[in-house]
Amino acid sequence: MMTASILSSFTSFVSPAMVSDASGDHGGNASAHLANMVEHVGIGPKWVLLIVFLPLLGFVLNAIYAATSNKTKLPAWTTIALLAASFIATLAMFLSYEGTPYTVHAFDWFNLHYGDKSFVANFSFYVDKLTILWMLFVTGLATLIALYASEYMSHDIGAGYCRFFAAFGLFVFSMSCLVMGDNMLMLYLGWEGVGLCSYLLIGYFYKKPSAVAAAKKAFIVNRIGDLGLALGIYLTFVHFGTIQYAELFANETLHNYINAAAVGDFSGIPGEAQWIALLLMIGAFGKSAQFPLYVWLPDAMEGPTPVSALIHAATMVTAGVYLIARFYPVFLISENALPIVAWIGTITAFLAATIGMAQFDIKRIMAYSTVSQLGYMFAALGMLSTTGAAFHVLTHAFFKALLFLACGAVMHGFAGQLDLRKLSGVAWMKGWGIVGVTMLIGCMNLAGLPYITSGFYSKDMILAEAFITPGYRLIGWILVITAIMTAYYTFRVFFRVFLGEQHAEPGEDFHGDDKSDFHPHAPGWAVNTVLITLATCSMLAISLAYIDKAEHHGWVGSMVAESTASFHSPYAGAVYAAHGGGELHAVAGPVGHAAPGTVLGMDAHKGMILVSGLGAIFGVFVAAYFHGPKGWQGLFVGGRTEAGKCRMDAVAKRMGPIPRMAENKWYVDEFYAMVLVTPLRVIAHVFHWIDKLLLDGLVNLVGFLPRVFAWIIRPSQSGVLQGYAVSMVGGLAILLFVVLVVVMRAGGVA
Amino acid sequence: MMHAFETLQLAQLAFPAEMNNSVLAPYLFVSAAMFCIGLIGFMTRKNMIIMFLCTELMFQAAGLSLIAFGRHHLGSDGQTFVIFVLTVAAAEAAMALALVVLLFRHRESLSASAWKELNG
Repeated sequence: MMTASILSSFTSFVSPAMVSDASGDHGGNASAHLANMVEHVGIGPKWVLLIVFLPLLGFVLNAIYAATSNKTKLPAWTTIALLAASFIATLAMFLSYEGTPYTVHAFDWFNLHYGDKSFVANFSFYVDKLTILWMLFVTGLATLIALYASEYMSHDIGAGYCRFFAAFGLFVFSMSCLVMGDNMLMLYLGWEGVGLCSYLLIGYFYKKPSAVAAAKKAFIVNRIGDLGLALGIYLTFVHFGTIQYAELFANETLHNYINAAAVGDFSGIPGEAQWIALLLMIGAFGKSAQFPLYVWLPDAMEGPTPVSALIHAATMVTAGVYLIARFYPVFLISENALPIVAWIGTITAFLAATIGMAQFDIKRIMAYSTVSQLGYMFAALGMLSTTGAAFHVLTHAFFKALLFLACGAVMHGFAGQLDLRKLSGVAWMKGWGIVGVTMLIGCMNLAGLPYITSGFYSKDMILAEAFITPGYRLIGWILVITAIMTAYYTFRVFFRVFLGEQHAEPGEDFHGDDKSDFHPHAPGWAVNTVLITLATCSMLAISLAYIDKAEHHGWVGSMVAESTASFHSPYAGAVYAAHGGGELHAVAGPVGHAAPGTVLGMDAHKGMILVSGLGAIFGVFVAAYFHGPKGWQGLFVGGRTEAGKCRMDAVAKRMGPIPRMAENKWYVDEFYAMVLVTPLRVIAHVFHWIDKLLLDGLVNLVGFLPRVFAWIIRPSQSGVLQGYAVSMVGGLAILLFVVLVVVMRAGGVA
Repeated sequence: MMHAFETLQLAQLAFPAEMNNSVLAPYLFVSAAMFCIGLIGFMTRKNMIIMFLCTELMFQAAGLSLIAFGRHHLGSDGQTFVIFVLTVAAAEAAMALALVVLLFRHRESLSASAWKELNG
């Protein structure tokens, strides 16, 4: 029922828009923009290959360093230099891009022709503005985080250091293949590659059982999603006969489907074609940690913090968003896919936020906030706002990497301490000022404080979209509540760990130092440089919201508009045009009583700035009330009485079992263990014993029978030669006798 | 070139008459007697050389009946076959005697029962 009403949003919205647009500049055809996009795919310059292969070179060189037992920081500097070169090449790709997508061919991979059909998937790369957008922050952040890791991982100089940077280089290579591949097989290669690197890096501390378990969990949960992706690719090939982007998005059948979907007629689109999006969606849910496959991401925090920042916050987990954005035309032709994406995203955002509020491990809090923010991105995708999703991916990449790296600096400086009850006033300690200030900037962005943070603009775009696109108002309000919760848990961390009286209990991870002689070591220049750069980027990203604002809703919008993720079909054009005039009401009039596109009677964007801005400030205020430092008590806030105690403790007691349940992640892991893991384990044991008893028994029986038979007839081999002679003669006699009888019976000798 | 008919006529010149059954029978009796003597000797004696000689006796018994039947049917197959049997028997004799010598060296005995432990 709910789904049906959401569906109508797409269809009822599109049809009038189609009419209004027939005379406009879109050619009166819903798929015309997409057709334009892929009409003239050119051949790109070969140096673009450097972006992909330089990180691979880093992997190879680090493997050589490992083989030669290198004990210096050379692996780090090699990786940083190569990644920086890759980033510069990406910048060059961005600056030299002339508006038409192009492909760059590295070498032939699959090139099969049979009959009048063919299966072509070459090692080639497809560059449009979506590719460039993704590659800019992937290579840029990889460079910065490699620099951070050069200091962070310095306790492990030697084999571990080489191993870390080898996997790091391999990850960036895989991610580049995923984003830049010109066919779905390249995407799948990159998809599996990043999964492998994620596994390797989560399990980096392989002597720690919890890290090994987390690595396996991440890999296995991702397999479920990967199955969906693989089947989706298969179905794409079966249905459209190609998996190359340029051919797929120019496919006439696909365009016919899009045009049918645009007027709300899904009956002509075969279920097979509609299933493609649903299968790809499952892949995206696995990789981007969406409900119900999100459980691996919080556990992935067992890996070193730079890994958490790069792979599990900024880049790899946004692969699912990229997948849906890239195949947006395929999602548009599915009746159910996008509403499901929107709802799953919303549920994930809300659920993860509730868990995040009750955690005490600061890295876990950041992990749940990542899951939650990814939920926002998926909600945006589902609500037909690829721009909002991509913008949030970009700003989130900056500020979440910043938050993780700041948390990592704290963890590193206090011997692995992550419990926010055991740290206080870190920002005031000597040498921790930069971490404190940059952490504050990161927290402000995640909380979405109005106007002064980039996170505010991207989140606002998503929230406003929920009220613009009819049928999604409930999602909009859930996401607003989640935004308030986000502000609360973010500043809970900041107030408790960074402000207040100075107090620190070290963790257990001393790297061989004497525990009694512990004193926190402040971060060095590399960490501080990276933190300052990321904080600056987070703030500068605000300006992106104002570039191309009128036409495309910001710079990211202009990037997305010139890619296959564009939803610049007549529908969206009409919506945006409607902002100026009264057309919107005409367009969306029949859908509901409340005129869509308004929040509390205001224009969606303006209203959302008010609602989400005030919501964020309210969330920060609540955090300050419960967790603020003691010195602020004169200002009514300041709920902490001493380092580890706060006003929340008493409130939590009165809330009964709820805080404990949230702290235990609503027992979702236990539920999975009970419903999935334990039955599978029981079945595995059953099959193990069937194998052991029945199959092995049969095989052993086959071997056993000849032995029994041999044991019976063995005494006849007496060793007495005459005995053998007698038995030979006896045998001969019997044979002769039989022959004679047979011959007699047959009529005797002639 | 001679026709098959002429060949038969030539053979009849060399052997004026076919052996009838009454002429064939004594040969077969001798052959059977030789074979039985060999067989009984092989089964009852323990001396390996004697046993070997008994097998040779059985060989020759078989050869004799082959030749007799060949003569009976006026064919040359029997004789041809016997020549092959003799050749094989000669080769076998060389091998078998060498084996007997080797076995004797191990046990200082020609008795077959000296090798009784070669059982199953």
